[in-house]
Amino acid sequence: MNYDDVEIGTELPARTFTIQRANLVQYCGASGDFNIIHWNERIAKAVGLPDVIAHGMYTMAEAGRLVTDWVGDPGAVVEYGVRFSAPVPVPDDDKGTDLVVSGTVAEKLDGNRVAVDLDARVGETKVLMKARAVVQLA
Amino acid sequence: MPLNRDFVGREYPAPDTYEVSRELIRRFAQAIGDNHPAYTDIEAAKALGHPDVIAPPTFLTVLTFRYAMSGPVVDPDLGLNYALVVHGEQKFVHHRPVRAGDVLRVVSSIVDIRDAGRNELMTTKTAVVTTEGEPIADLYGTLVSRGTAAA
Repeated sequence: MNYDDVEIGTELPARTFTIQRANLVQYCGASGDFNIIHWNERIAKAVGLPDVIAHGMYTMAEAGRLVTDWVGDPGAVVEYGVRFSAPVPVPDDDKGTDLVVSGTVAEKLDGNRVAVDLDARVGETKVLMKARAVVQLA
Repeated sequence: MPLNRDFVGREYPAPDTYEVSRELIRRFAQAIGDNHPAYTDIEAAKALGHPDVIAPPTFLTVLTFRYAMSGPVVDPDLGLNYALVVHGEQKFVHHRPVRAGDVLRVVSSIVDIRDAGRNELMTTKTAVVTTEGEPIADLYGTLVSRGTAAA
């Protein structure tokens, strides 16, 4: 993708990522984040959470796929930051939780860099705020 | 109980180095359900100009957990109850993509602890360089310690 071909306002179409308990268990192992709130409903509820919640970093990773698939080269992502604005509860059922992510090219920066703002929701709830990736284009 | 503010400014150089392998990258990519070929297929990575398979943009989170357990998070004097912790913010600044074969050296530091209502926010920086001194990335993470602010 070329910098000159990208316009502010270009939309990255929405995608749905379904998160199930099994995904969280796998992410615990791959990331090394075994915080009990990501796999033990009893403790999660005892500390005031609605249910087991997804790792924020798991949600961030899924949202980032919108950008890496759009740009083609995942190595083009030079900055990626988010604020976790609401927990993503993942129930113990066969359905899981649908995370819906969309994106917009927000800014064209110096040095052929482009900022993409991401919108990530579960139902009506925004689970990421200030979610922005900066990518280096040719 | 509030966090110990004396920890702001403390640095924790990792006690050893972290070697990034193709299999670690593969396992992480699988865990996030991402089948982009640059993570697993050397030829695909080379076609994009990388010398070996590269890691997803959030891969370096593994370093924070690999080393958090030898750093401030588990220091009883900090007073952090991990079950009360949720992740508030995270930012990655990449100087170049992480790739298989990298041997990484990590310095973690606590850059800020402050109140936010009844909660406390602790911001850490994780600076990642190769053993040759090449800058790879800087990670900034903010943890929310729920309900621990001084009344």
